[in-house]
Amino acid sequence: MPSSQSLDRTFAALADPTRRGILARLALGEATVNELARPFSISQPAFSRHIRVLSEAGLIVQRAEGTTRPCRLAPGALSELDQFLQMLREALTRNYQRLDQLLTKQTKRRDVP
Amino acid sequence: MSKLALTTEGDTHIVVTRRFEAPPEAVYRAHLDPELLQQWCLGPDGWTMPVCINEGKPGGKIRYEWSHGSGRGFFLTGEIIELDPPHRIVHVERMHMPEPTPDNRVVTTFVADGTGTLMTMRMSLPDRETRKAMLSSGMERGMESSYARLERLSGWRSAS
Repeated sequence: MPSSQSLDRTFAALADPTRRGILARLALGEATVNELARPFSISQPAFSRHIRVLSEAGLIVQRAEGTTRPCRLAPGALSELDQFLQMLREALTRNYQRLDQLLTKQTKRRDVP
Repeated sequence: MSKLALTTEGDTHIVVTRRFEAPPEAVYRAHLDPELLQQWCLGPDGWTMPVCINEGKPGGKIRYEWSHGSGRGFFLTGEIIELDPPHRIVHVERMHMPEPTPDNRVVTTFVADGTGTLMTMRMSLPDRETRKAMLSSGMERGMESSYARLERLSGWRSAS
């Protein structure tokens, strides 16, 4: 059972889209900080901070290799299947919110005499 | 507020249920009418569907092309197998990444539920390789992930 303090840290770490993007990339395998930073247009210090937050939350681990420090997902942190289902879930949730609006619009149109 | 339920059925299928505040006829039509599909079947924000073909009859072709500006995009093709308006749609589909993913047979049902509709969609769970390809191209397209760990901690997918 995780302590409420470590849960708080996990929630905070996952609350940020950049950090979720980093985790999604790492679900595919190890990557250096430079590789991880490439898709994001944010400063290097800001990106390093994201890495630190994820590391302190126990979601990723880093190892030293020469001058680079490759990152990977911490064991058990995030399974590939969960990642996939979550991507699907997010896409469908957005789809059906739009469909709700569309159906409401149609109903209103029908109600007009 | 209707909440989406997404569960796995063994290692082979995904079942999605969602309630809509509209009769089955309207929800069924929104799943076949290209003009309507182009307004909602877009995934994450920022995507459009410039090409939407759905012939809306058994044996009819499906082709959806999504675009995320500046030439980035992907497409899906499929065929309609069976229609039972306004209750049931059976079709197969595959994503082109650009290599086609294995055929996914999707059964979507629409059942009247008070003044609304309960929709259930049952489809194949892609194999691990396909999931990885979809995840990786999803990221290239700027889809964001993932609350998976958070949701597991809160008991979202207790079956795993």
